[in-house]
Amino acid sequence: MVIKHKYEMPEQPPKERIHNFDEVPLGYDEETAVKEAERCLQCKPKPCTKGCPVGINIPEFIKCIRERRFDDAIKVIKESNSLPAVTGRVCPYENQCEGNCLLGKIGEPVAIGRLERFVADWERKKGVTVPEKPPSTGKRVAVVGSGPAGLTVASELAKKGHEVVVFEALHAPGGVLLYGIPEFRLPKEILSREIDYIKRLGVEIKCNVVVGKTISLSEIKKEFDAVFIGTGAGLPRWLNVPGENLAQVYSANEFLTRVNLMKAYLFPEYDTPIAVGNRVVTVGAGNVAMDCARTALRLGAKESFIIYRRSKDEAPARREEIAHAEEEGVKFMFLANPIRFIGDDAGNVTGMEYVQMKLGEPDESGRRRPIPIPKSNSLMQVDTVIVAIGQTPNPLLTSELKGLKLGKRGNIIVDDNQQTSVKGVFAGGDIATGAATVILAMGAGRRAAEAIDEYLRK
Amino acid sequence: MYKVIEKEILHENLVKMEIEAPLVAKSAKPGQFIILRVDEKGERIPLTIADFDRKKGTVTIIFLEVGKTTKKLGTLEVGDCIESFTGPLGEPSDIRKYGTTICVGGGVGIACLYPIARALKEKGNRVISILGARTKSLLIMEKEIGKYSDELIVVTDDGSKGRKGFVSDALKELIDKGVKVDLVMAIGPVIMMKVISDLTKPYGIKTLVSLNPIMVDGTGMCGSCRVTVNGEIKFACVDGPEFDGHGVDFDNLMLRNNRFREEEGIALKRYMEEQWQCIGMGKKHGDKA
Ligand SMILES: Cc1cc2nc3c(=O)[nH]c(=O)nc-3n(C[C@H](O)[C@H](O)[C@H](O)COP(=O)(O)OP(=O)(O)OC[C@H]3O[C@@H](n4cnc5c(N)ncnc54)[C@H](O)[C@@H]3O)c2cc1C
Ligand SMILES: Cc1cc2nc3c(=O)[nH]c(=O)nc-3n(C[C@H](O)[C@H](O)[C@H](O)COP(=O)(O)OP(=O)(O)OC[C@H]3O[C@@H](n4cnc5c(N)ncnc54)[C@H](O)[C@@H]3O)c2cc1C
Ligand code: SF4
Ligand code: SF4
Ligand code: FES
Repeated sequence: MVIKHKYEMPEQPPKERIHNFDEVPLGYDEETAVKEAERCLQCKPKPCTKGCPVGINIPEFIKCIRERRFDDAIKVIKESNSLPAVTGRVCPYENQCEGNCLLGKIGEPVAIGRLERFVADWERKKGVTVPEKPPSTGKRVAVVGSGPAGLTVASELAKKGHEVVVFEALHAPGGVLLYGIPEFRLPKEILSREIDYIKRLGVEIKCNVVVGKTISLSEIKKEFDAVFIGTGAGLPRWLNVPGENLAQVYSANEFLTRVNLMKAYLFPEYDTPIAVGNRVVTVGAGNVAMDCARTALRLGAKESFIIYRRSKDEAPARREEIAHAEEEGVKFMFLANPIRFIGDDAGNVTGMEYVQMKLGEPDESGRRRPIPIPKSNSLMQVDTVIVAIGQTPNPLLTSELKGLKLGKRGNIIVDDNQQTSVKGVFAGGDIATGAATVILAMGAGRRAAEAIDEYLRK
Repeated sequence: MYKVIEKEILHENLVKMEIEAPLVAKSAKPGQFIILRVDEKGERIPLTIADFDRKKGTVTIIFLEVGKTTKKLGTLEVGDCIESFTGPLGEPSDIRKYGTTICVGGGVGIACLYPIARALKEKGNRVISILGARTKSLLIMEKEIGKYSDELIVVTDDGSKGRKGFVSDALKELIDKGVKVDLVMAIGPVIMMKVISDLTKPYGIKTLVSLNPIMVDGTGMCGSCRVTVNGEIKFACVDGPEFDGHGVDFDNLMLRNNRFREEEGIALKRYMEEQWQCIGMGKKHGDKA
């Protein structure tokens, strides 16, 4: 008999969790995981695997869970994915592996993400063994940026015996996993274990090095046999409306960096401040916006709004994140767009003027274009604004290397092997694709590691 | 970890430190800054590179103890370490042969001005420096800057040293005297930079200012440091910190620099209370002995 629904995963109740930064979903226990694994039909053509950007052998690892061979399950996953504890939490699996699951046609798909998370957590509890170091190839690779792309390249190349040095601009590694995605969605303790593992593989991580400033890419090129650039898409986009420079108007990056990287939620025990008022508005409806709106509640906002110019159907955030935000009391204003922020004499934001929108014909992105409705302006009182309408690649480093081909949006152009227009220089992750996902960045990292290995052995 | 190699107290709350940071020293140029974090729980704060020694691999910072972070930094002694120290950040000053340049420095801004004045002089410019402070004891680096200036004018608000008045008065006098000025470089409190820019604008004298907005990462990622220049959003950490003074919205900068006034007050009060308790306990032990 087919069980049509996923087994529930326990979660912290909304009323409680908006007062803490602890993780919201609590994960499956062994029994539930095995029961959920038993729902899988073990389809021969593996449609689920086709939906996974790194091609994990999903039926195989699920079979291992069924048979309680968790050790084998993790082995199968790690053949294609080195950070399963991370992806099992943040992957948009509903559009990927689970979106392709055959069971989804008659009911809910197998909870592949939850199962992946379960095995990764099981391994973490048990203690991770580090593979033995292969003989050194004597080749040195520099990795710029320590987000999921950079970390994947580093660990894959270290496993192949190359010497890897990662350069990170901030004082700690992890990229968006560290400074962007909040603790309640991805506990930093998980990240630090993963990073610890990578260090134990022999990778050296040098923080506080801004490549392009502290050392130039050309210097690095001289010292290393190959370079990988994984600097992400860290440049915040703005609305370009009046009042955007008022105090208490944050970019999502500033807001989240203060809270996550600098731990402002523990102020004054930690030194970095954050200020949120009673009524907080977040502009945008991606994962970043959900993270901001939910963080604002946890920092004590009485009301947290999301304003988005299209409708709920077009919202780019994961469904699960929108649902979490709704449960926590985030108020959504769809089909509305701010046109001006209003401040008091001290420069603090006090209000927002916005217009109603309607949807027209689809634009180049395939989504229906939002059009302002004339004379539909309204005012609303707000005291904190967070602009979360996307990020673009940061030009800090790409502007430095001569001959590096860039796309229209400042992204680095790469071929199928993540090779850039400069010999020996590879790139991947958000810097190549524009803001995308953790798993895509890791997939690019894997491809790059293969290509770099080949390049070095030539 | 970045070691404190030397420390000198220039004035009761003005400290000069030489920090071991070879990579930063190797690439540093006048006009750039670093971002440091004193300890694990510390805030990231920017400080100008006041000097650097590539051979020794050190960077000199000069800072005024104004709040929790700078006070905590001030308690470090030679041999102690700073948790993180990143740089050089920002665009270097555009050092060229301009002709006659006037370097205007106010308060701790004088420290930021020093490497720029030196570089301008070494490029063959005629350098006139105007240094200002509230009072005599707060005036710093007069000798150092004097060494690279063809003319040095000192002003204090209370007249306790040099002439009484503001740096802008001294600049105006020079202009009125008919000195042909090719560049004014002004670094100091926001209000000083605003007054200087307002003063030079009608004369069409090119004026550069070094802005000091609140920063976090210093790499162009967060936008905390954004300033409005000629109606456009600029990030001071990557596009600056130097900008054309005639285009800067100083009023907005002043407002944005007050964003965390309340929290800064709380942090400082808590820190001082902690320090006070330590001292208090020390005394008790002393009493018993
Ligand atoms: C708030 C937020 C929530 C998200 N939620 C999800 C989610 O739920 N699921 C999902 O799949 N994706 C999510 N994403 C997107 C995902 O995090 C990114 O696509 C992914 O992190 C990209 O990885 P990356 O390695 O390319 O770059 P990043 O993670 O951006 O890392 C780049 C690193 O390079 C460093 N760097 C930059 N320039 C330099 C330089 N010049 N020198 C040295 N170092 C440098 C940066 O400091 C950073 O550490 C989210 C993003 C954000 C911001
Ligand atoms: C590019 C640049 C160069 C600077 N160079 C010097 C220098 O050479 N010497 C010097 O004494 N000071 C310099 N400053 C100012 C210095 O960064 C602040 O004095 C310091 O951050 C105060 O921190 P605090 O915790 O001690 O004080 P707080 O009590 O936290 O703050 C006091 C005031 O300092 C400013 N400030 C607070 N936090 C930050 C932050 N994270 N970033 C920037 N400003 C902040 C605010 O305007 C605040 O009102 C520079 C600032 C910038 C942006
Ligand atoms: S990595 Fe992501 S897409 Fe692939 S199986 Fe895991 S959750 Fe699904
Ligand atoms: S498609 Fe679904 S049911 Fe079929 S093997 Fe994959 S996970 Fe199992
Ligand atoms: S300090 Fe973050 S962008 Fe300038």
